[in-house]
Amino acid sequence: MRKKVKVGIPRSLLYYRRNVFWKKFLEGIGVNVILSPITNKDIIEKGKSLSIDESCLPSKIYFGHAYYLVDKCDYILVPRVSNYGKEKRVCMKFYGLYDTLNNLFPDTKFLVYNIDYLNWNFEFVEMMKLGLKLNRNIFRVLWSYFSSRRKEKNYRLSLVNEQINVLKSNKLKVLVVAHPYVIYDDYLGSNVINYLKEMDIQILYSDRMDRKEAISYSKDFSKTLYWLYAKENIGSVFYYKEAVDGVIFLSSFPCGVDSLVNELAIRKIENVPSINIILDESTAEAGLQTRLESFIDIIKARRDNE
Amino acid sequence: MNSDKIVSFPHLGCYAVVFDYFLSNVLKCKILVPPPTTRRTIELGSKYSPDFVCVPFKYNLGNYIEALEKGANVLIQGGGGCRYGYYAELQEEILRKLGYDFEFYNLIVDNHISLKKGYRFCKKINSKTNIFKCGYYLFNSLVMILCIDKIEKYIRSNMGFEVTRGEFEKLEEEYFSSFDKNNGLFKIIKNYYRYKKNFKKISLNKNGKHLKVMLIGELYSLIDFNTSYNTERKLMKMGIEVYRETDLTYLLIGKKMRLSKMVRKSKKYIKYNLGADASLSVFNALRAVRDGYDGIIHMKSFGCIPEITALSILENIASENNIPMISLSFDAEDNEVGVDTRLEAFYDMIEGRK
Repeated sequence: MRKKVKVGIPRSLLYYRRNVFWKKFLEGIGVNVILSPITNKDIIEKGKSLSIDESCLPSKIYFGHAYYLVDKCDYILVPRVSNYGKEKRVCMKFYGLYDTLNNLFPDTKFLVYNIDYLNWNFEFVEMMKLGLKLNRNIFRVLWSYFSSRRKEKNYRLSLVNEQINVLKSNKLKVLVVAHPYVIYDDYLGSNVINYLKEMDIQILYSDRMDRKEAISYSKDFSKTLYWLYAKENIGSVFYYKEAVDGVIFLSSFPCGVDSLVNELAIRKIENVPSINIILDESTAEAGLQTRLESFIDIIKARRDNE
Repeated sequence: MNSDKIVSFPHLGCYAVVFDYFLSNVLKCKILVPPPTTRRTIELGSKYSPDFVCVPFKYNLGNYIEALEKGANVLIQGGGGCRYGYYAELQEEILRKLGYDFEFYNLIVDNHISLKKGYRFCKKINSKTNIFKCGYYLFNSLVMILCIDKIEKYIRSNMGFEVTRGEFEKLEEEYFSSFDKNNGLFKIIKNYYRYKKNFKKISLNKNGKHLKVMLIGELYSLIDFNTSYNTERKLMKMGIEVYRETDLTYLLIGKKMRLSKMVRKSKKYIKYNLGADASLSVFNALRAVRDGYDGIIHMKSFGCIPEITALSILENIASENNIPMISLSFDAEDNEVGVDTRLEAFYDMIEGRK
């Protein structure tokens, strides 16, 4: 029997957005998927030492994850995303992710797919190319693509439905607005999430709502916003504005997009209490908890008054 | 003449004269060039800006505030690219919260300056203008930018070697004041050739053994001399030939035409376009290696994402090809002395290597 190709996926950045699709697609074409572990101290230290000081914390963590995978698999999957069409651009760090990694680890092979709709690089074609590199059977690749898309869609739907159920509860509800790679990362967002859960507060996630709907809501906020991920985040704020008791903006230092968009959003939503938490390498848990505690006291008091 | 409207715009290096020319001819109302950027400008700007936004935002905001203090009531923002394209909305919101009364025009659509929106803005301010007039003056402005950039390029490569100190700067000042709002296309071109001749007349003390340095990095920090504390001029005065390709000519004309070629030519290090001007940085670093430059200076504003991507690649290029490189990152709180010290140390190093 032929040995299976091993493909590693760093558990950071776009992993939290596309994990279901990637895993199903790669397994469908007969590839062993290796995931890097949940973010831990070693990974962060390694990532920090590999990257430029000024780069944002999630991308530092990404390099740490990639380093972990370097000698454990044949390929590492790295997407290069530029845009999904007009006014659907993404943060510039995704433009050069592949090239940076390629320069950091010159001896490692990377699987890259390039999404750049304005230059006619569509996801379907790019995934086909990637699939055919690993598996010659085009029918298998096609089937794998469509089935994994369907699975991803169903998974998204289940998340959205879960969120709708959360919305029905009578407890205090807080919307956490953050990029998925900040909020689901064990080192970055989990402190906040765990604390909120401890306080028995229902958490709504900004990425667990219908993306198209979120984008249409973001038009209320700003007509010239052109970042896709920021649109989805901000759209959720304006969608849930009436339903939640408070909004927590969670961003990592120094996130370029959030520095503008979150600031503007805080200025524009007036009658909902909001807090802007910026996570960096030295965020102390105690300080964070104090801030969250006082924020929760405020929203509790507000609710009791009504 | 529309008397009650005073239009203003943020500074961008030495190009204020071009914007002034275009706007005053098309809008036929009073144009207020904001006062030159000083320490106060950046202090005002960073006081009201979000924490970790990049430096151009702070400079622009400072320019706006100073222009508003002088009585401007129509502001324009027309810069695109990366984060710059989204500045306008937040700047408008901040200025409104500060209590100023003004009209704000954002000419950006999907991260690029939109000619259609720009024309609509011109029509709104001055209803008598038409598309031919706008086109004519736009073309003239473009020619002006080309002329200025050519002259500046000559200055950059030769100013360090003038026999009598200060001649270049004097003539440059004269050139900038020679622009007149009533100039036609012919006059602009004639002026350019006249001054080009004058610049060529300045006697130089240039032998083949001088130092050559390539300046690369983010567009705003390179063009706008305030951001970089005149780093470029300081280098020239040390007697270095400075080469920099990033200017408005590149941004407006060169980028669209040459981007894919640049990525292809530097394929040893990059496969895709890195966004903003990062591909140009990598391309020019490789060019510096190829043409035997003595050093590379990389400049960016703090937290510039595309340049951070480029920097990790540039470090590889520098170490593999054994070419000295320093990276300067500018923030509002930086002090000039620190930058000077680093430049001097860099100068000593490349001189020692030569």
